[in-house]
Amino acid sequence: MPSDGSQTPILEARGITKRFPGVIANQDVSLSISPGQIVGLLGENGAGKSTLVKMIYGLYEPDEGEIYIKGSPVKLSGPRDAISRGIGMVHQHFQLVPVFTVAENIILGDEPHRSVFINMKKATQEVARLSEQFGLEVDVNARVEDLPVGAKQRVEILKALYRHADLLIMDEPTAVLTPQETDELLQVMRGFADNGVAVIFITHKLREVLAVADTIEVLRGGRVVGTTTPSQTDQAGLAKMMVGRSVLLAVDKKEAQPGEVVLDVEGLSVATDLGLPAVRDVNLQVRAGEILGIAGVEGNGQRELVEALTGLRHCTADRMTVAGKNTLGQSPHAIHGMGVGHVPEDREKDGLVGPYSIADNLVLNRFDEPDFSRRGVRNRSAVGALATELVQEYDVRTPSIDTTVESLSGGNKQKVVIARELAAQPELLIASQPTRGVDVGSIEFIHSRIVAARDRGAAVLLVSAELDEVLGLADRLVVMYDGRLVAEMPAAEVDRARIGRLMAGGDH
Amino acid sequence: MRARYAITLTIGILSCIVVAFVMDETRTVSVLSFSLRYAVPLILAAMVGIICERSGIINIGIEGQMLMSAFAGFFGAAITGNLILGTMLGVGTGMIMGALLATGAVAWKMDQIIAGTIINILATGLTSFFYAQGYVLPAITPTLRIPGLADIPLIGPVLFDNGLFTYAAILTALVLWVLLFKTIWGLRTRAVGEMPGSADTSGVNVQRMRFINVTLAGGLAGLAGAYLSIEAASNFDRGMTAGRGFTALAIMIFGAWNPIGALGAALFFGLANGVASQLQADEVIDIPQQFISMLPYVLTIVLLAIVSGRVKPPAAVGKPYEKE
Repeated sequence: MPSDGSQTPILEARGITKRFPGVIANQDVSLSISPGQIVGLLGENGAGKSTLVKMIYGLYEPDEGEIYIKGSPVKLSGPRDAISRGIGMVHQHFQLVPVFTVAENIILGDEPHRSVFINMKKATQEVARLSEQFGLEVDVNARVEDLPVGAKQRVEILKALYRHADLLIMDEPTAVLTPQETDELLQVMRGFADNGVAVIFITHKLREVLAVADTIEVLRGGRVVGTTTPSQTDQAGLAKMMVGRSVLLAVDKKEAQPGEVVLDVEGLSVATDLGLPAVRDVNLQVRAGEILGIAGVEGNGQRELVEALTGLRHCTADRMTVAGKNTLGQSPHAIHGMGVGHVPEDREKDGLVGPYSIADNLVLNRFDEPDFSRRGVRNRSAVGALATELVQEYDVRTPSIDTTVESLSGGNKQKVVIARELAAQPELLIASQPTRGVDVGSIEFIHSRIVAARDRGAAVLLVSAELDEVLGLADRLVVMYDGRLVAEMPAAEVDRARIGRLMAGGDH
Repeated sequence: MRARYAITLTIGILSCIVVAFVMDETRTVSVLSFSLRYAVPLILAAMVGIICERSGIINIGIEGQMLMSAFAGFFGAAITGNLILGTMLGVGTGMIMGALLATGAVAWKMDQIIAGTIINILATGLTSFFYAQGYVLPAITPTLRIPGLADIPLIGPVLFDNGLFTYAAILTALVLWVLLFKTIWGLRTRAVGEMPGSADTSGVNVQRMRFINVTLAGGLAGLAGAYLSIEAASNFDRGMTAGRGFTALAIMIFGAWNPIGALGAALFFGLANGVASQLQADEVIDIPQQFISMLPYVLTIVLLAIVSGRVKPPAAVGKPYEKE
C-alpha cells in the first residue's frame, strides 16, 4: 500500500549531516515516510544506516538538518522522547529482561495499575489484543528467556506497538531469523502497513527488501546514493548500488575434487543443556576438497553437533576421527591442534574476546605455539607480524592491529575469526553460520575464502540457516531435522521445494 | 523444583519442632524464641541485600551500615533518654550510610565492592573512635503480646509475644515480597537489576531508581543495627555486628534473592544456632563454647557451598549503568 502523497509524512528528515571525529557518518541525508509505508534502508556495514536511525530514535543529535515528526520540527532528547512521539525501535540485540514474562516485558515503564499495584489482568488482555490485531503470536505468560529468537523479536515488536508506535524502526530484524520466521515477519510487516503503521526496515538482504519494501533507500559512505522501488530494480542492481561495483551474488567455484575422508563420525549422539537428545545417532563423513553443507531450521541439533565435533560439548559416538586421529573425549584445544578450524555461530560469545586487540584475537588458539611464545613468554613481534599480514590478506577494515575487536563492525569481526581459523591451514574447517549479520561485500569475500580453503584440500563442514548459502557453497548437502540427518544429495541436484519440506520434517 | 525442596525442608523442620514441643514444652518454646530473636537482624539485613542487588547494586557495606546505626541508635537513645528517638536516629543513620553507598556506587559509578568496603572501614573507625563507656538506656524495650493469638500453644508464645523489632522484621519481609512482585516499583526495580538498558528505553530512570532503593535499604540496615544495640544487647560494643552483615548476604543468596526465601533461610539459621546453644547449655554435647560461637560462620560457608551456582543473581548486579 504505497502512500498517496497527500498525507502528512510521519517522519521527514531533511539534509541530515552527522560527523564523528574523523568521519562523516551521514551527509545531507533526506528521507520521508508516510503512514503505512515500508521503507527499506539498504547499505553495507558502515554506510551510515545505524547512525541515521539512531538520530531518528533520539540517541544522537544531528549536526545539521532537521527532523520533522508528523509535520512539526523536533529536537529529540532521547529514546524516551522518541517513544512518546510514536517512534518505536526493534533492536538487533533485544532489549528485553530475560527473566520477565512476555507481558511484564511489554508493559515495563507503562504499567496498567490500580494504585501502586500492577493490574496484570488488564496487561495480559491488552497484550493479547495487540498480538491478535497484528498477527504476532506469543504466549503472554511465558518467560522471555525460554522463547526462541523469533518469539523474542515478536515481543520487542509488541512492546513498541503497546507504546502506540506509528513508526517502527527495525534494525536488521531478519539477521537472527530462520527462513520460515523471516517470511512470517515480512507478512507481519505488510500487516503493519495495512494498519497504518510505517516501517523503516534496515537490512542487507536484497531479497527481503525487494519482497516487502514500498521504497528502497540505498546508503553508501553516509550518503543516499539511490532511491528506488522493487519494481524498478533487482538484486544485482541493488548490490551494485550498495557496494559501488558489480558484486557476485552467486558463489564462483569449480567442481569439487573430493579426496580422502577427513572427518569420520559414526553413531554420534549429543544431549542439550537440559539433557534432552539433540543429536541422534548421526553418521557423517567429509572428504578433503569438498564442502558438506548442513541445511536445516535452527534448533534441530546443528549447534550441539558442531560443539560435539569441536570438543565443546560432551557426546557419545562409536567413532569420531579427523584424518584418522581420534577426537572423541579430547579437549577443544587438542582438537584444534589436530587441524580442525572452527568458525562458531556466535562470534561475539564463542569466537572472539571483545576487549582484546585484533592481534591477540588472531592467535587466540595458537598463542602457545613455538612461533608465538617461548617458555611461556609471548613473542609480541611475531604475533604483530602475523596480524599485520592477516589484516591485509583478509581485508579487515581497522585503524590498527591493536584496535580492540569489540569496536569493529560485524563483518570485520567475522573476518578476524575466519582469518584466524584459516591461517592455521586446517585439514577440517567447521563453519557455523559464517556470514550471519555480515554485509554483502564481506559475504562475497568470506565465501571465496571458504572455497579457496576447499581448493587447497581442506574438508569443510558448513552449517547455515541460510538455505541460499548452503545451496551456493556446498558440494554435497544433508538436511538435519530433529537431531537426525534425514537426507543427503549432491548440491547440483537439489530441489528447493523438497529441501523446504525436509527441513520442516516431512517427505522422508 | 527449588520451591519443592524448600517446602519439604520446611515441613521436615516444622514436624521436628512439633515433636520437640510434645516432648518438652518449655525448652522448645525457649529455643524457638531464642532462634527468632537471633534471626531478626539477619532478616532485616538480608532484605537490605535483596533490595540493593535486585536493583543491580552489590551492598557489602551492610555490616558497616548496621554498626554505624547500632552506634547512633544506642547513644541517641541513651543521650536523649528516648528509645523511639534513638531508633529513628539509627534508621536515619542507616539511610545516610545508604545514600553514601549510592553516591559512590551509583552516582560516581565506583567499583561497588570498593564502595561497600569504604563504608565498612569508615563505620569501624568512627564507632571505635567515638565509643564511650558509661551510657545506659533509659528503659527496656517493650514487648507486644497480641491478645488471643499469644494464647495459642507453641505458636503463640513464640510468634505473638515479641519485641516490636521482631514484628517489624517479619512484616518487612512479607511486605517486600508483595512490593517486589506485585507493584510497579517492584517490576521496575527488578528490571533495573536485570537489564538496565531495557528499563531505560522503557522510560525508567535507572540511576534514580538505584539511588533511591539503595538509600531506602540503608534505612532497613539502620533498623537492624538499632535492634542489635537497643533491643538485643541494650548496649553498644565495638564491632558488635560480628559479621552479621556478611552472613545476611549468604542468607540472601540461600533465599535466592526472594524475601520469603531469605526469611525462611534466616529463620533456619537462627534455629540452628538456637538448638546448638540449648544442647550445649544442657551439656548434651560437651564442646568448648568457642565452637558454638563458630557455628554461624561455619553454617554460612556450608550453605554457600551448597547453593552457589544453583541460584542465579540478578543479571546486571555489580555493573554500573552506562547509557548507550
